[in-house]
Amino acid sequence: MREGRPTVTAVAHEVDRYLESFARLEAGAAAKEWTWFQPVRRDAMARFADLGFPTVRDEDWRFTNVAPLAQTAFAPAPEDGVSPARGQMAPFEFPGLTGSRLVFVNGRYAPELSSLGPLPAGVTVTSLAQAIPAHPDLIQAHLARYAEYHQDAFTALNTAFVEDGAFVSVRRGTVLEEPIHLLYVSTETPAPVITHPRNLIVAGEDSQVTVVEDYVSLGDGVGFSNAVTEVVVGQNSVLSHYLIERESPQAFNVSTLRVHQGRSSSVTSHSVLLGGALVRNNVHPVLAGEGGDCLINGLFLATGRQHMDNYMKVEHASPHCGSRQFYNGILNGQSHGVFHGRIIVHKDAQKTDAKQTNRNLLLSEDAQIDTKPQLEIYADDVKCTHGATIGQIDEDAIFYLRSRGIPKDSARGLLLFAFAGESLQRMKVEAIRTHLEALVAQWLPQGALLEDVR
Amino acid sequence: MLEITNLHVKAGGREILKGVDLRVKAGEVHSIMGPNGSGKSTLAQVLAGRETYEVTAGKVTYQGRSLLEMAPEERACEGLFMAFQYPVEIPGVGNTYFLKAALNAIRKARGLEELDAMDFLTLAKEKMTRLEVDDRLLTRSVNEGFSGGEKKRNEIFQMAVLEPTLAILDETDSGLDIDALRIVAAGVNSLRSPERAILVVTHYQRLLNYIVPDFVHVLVDGRIVKSGGKELALELEARGYAWVEAEARAAAPATA
Repeated sequence: MREGRPTVTAVAHEVDRYLESFARLEAGAAAKEWTWFQPVRRDAMARFADLGFPTVRDEDWRFTNVAPLAQTAFAPAPEDGVSPARGQMAPFEFPGLTGSRLVFVNGRYAPELSSLGPLPAGVTVTSLAQAIPAHPDLIQAHLARYAEYHQDAFTALNTAFVEDGAFVSVRRGTVLEEPIHLLYVSTETPAPVITHPRNLIVAGEDSQVTVVEDYVSLGDGVGFSNAVTEVVVGQNSVLSHYLIERESPQAFNVSTLRVHQGRSSSVTSHSVLLGGALVRNNVHPVLAGEGGDCLINGLFLATGRQHMDNYMKVEHASPHCGSRQFYNGILNGQSHGVFHGRIIVHKDAQKTDAKQTNRNLLLSEDAQIDTKPQLEIYADDVKCTHGATIGQIDEDAIFYLRSRGIPKDSARGLLLFAFAGESLQRMKVEAIRTHLEALVAQWLPQGALLEDVR
Repeated sequence: MLEITNLHVKAGGREILKGVDLRVKAGEVHSIMGPNGSGKSTLAQVLAGRETYEVTAGKVTYQGRSLLEMAPEERACEGLFMAFQYPVEIPGVGNTYFLKAALNAIRKARGLEELDAMDFLTLAKEKMTRLEVDDRLLTRSVNEGFSGGEKKRNEIFQMAVLEPTLAILDETDSGLDIDALRIVAAGVNSLRSPERAILVVTHYQRLLNYIVPDFVHVLVDGRIVKSGGKELALELEARGYAWVEAEARAAAPATA
């Protein structure tokens, strides 16, 4: 249903719920550790009250109706929630990764499930709440300075309700080779729970770091993860970010990645969406310094009635920057996929080289994809290209494979896996790629036939 | 081995094969020649199991079984192989993985043990050397970015690895330079044996200098109108197809 929501009263009620819980939050204990942040919090709450939840009349939300999410009465995570056992994390581990792992259960940092490996000097990996007393300057200098809570209702909501998340800081000249795994676990709760993970990643000049943001479910709760990650990438630094959405098929997830790129920095953003009922993945890099480069690579696999919306906003704000977007989607059942790729080239961003490609496979009659490029170019010496394809599995290729003895189902599986593989191949960390390949093979109806593809 | 009786085939509502009869015994090499649009490729594709064609009448028996009732993969497992006129590019599927999966599917169907990666690679390398195929081909995606000649050689390489009982070459010679043509012919000739049969579909006589057929058939307008020995191919080369077409028209019952 593409229509807006029924009545003005109902809409006001959706916002009121959050105003009420905001009052409780302000009165509560969490607020005290965040005294300095209070004005921002209030500002964000006021913005959310003004903005309300977006509707399909909003150009940035044309293809995604958030009414099911707006109408659900989410509660904050219970204080005395049952903590999962360490063993329950095993399915979410990446075999071969030995770096630090921070685990959050329903938005709360769970030190007993986390493991902080030996980190090189100059690297901090901790929960944001814990980092406030230790790194006040860094956090106050960067937190909520980039994510657009004045324009975006979900970012405003996150900023108003932030309690915890991950804090990663890598000092100038430091290289951290092992990826940092941030695991957000939603458990089954009596009432639907909303969490607002807030991550801050600060990579100093000449540094290198890889962060994996991973959303998972234990059980079938109808949770809503409303996450915002701010990434500040210093001059000449290399940063890779992975987002993996593999929550339960009932979950809601809105993730916003906001990257601020310094001069000659190189950023890679990978996203793999497999889970969730209603998922919105915002990727918003700003190439602020000259000569920066970013690769935005995504794969979304939807089935049943899943809705997956990939919203890109790539801002070229300086000359000689490059950006490449590659998104592949496979849609089955009655699922709905969206790729909305904005590229904004500011006036001074001459010699911009921006590229965007979105390819989609529809496996069923009822699956749907909306793909929309949106180029806003204010400089005159730039190269911007975009392309989108929507199609079915190539029947000529199926016949070719079958004519060599490969059964029909395996042939289909093989071609789908190859299509997904285009995205997976761009992921350079082998342990992550291999694990994701296995997850994708599991997702495919014919995946079991592909055991030794890799 | 292969017996085609009164085969009628339609594509897109148009009748393309109008009663083809052909008998191929083990150990024989047959060549099917004919002008463009005569139905040569349709015949090859129908034998391989292409589903876009509709068989409206006739039957095809292969090794005593009804071929038309078998799925394409089943035909492959029973030893039928068609070298494609236009091999399909499959990005993202590695040539090695693809060919190993194909070979093992066929071996499994024949009750043989599946080859592991090492044994497969040894076999593949040996065939590649013999066919002068660049072994970088193995690390690339199936046919992706291959030149025309590389694609055709890849077909012959696959044939050499899969060792079919009945090989059908659909205009494998078209567009090949003389070196590639010799290699393709060498690949086919090394497959010749009393247990196997080969069907060479071609527009040009040139390939038949290297693969010498036992029988040559001329397909015109969906029917085999003339059959003979290898000298028929030479005659077609010298005189073109017009005279056969004229003969066929004269002999045909007045249906048009």
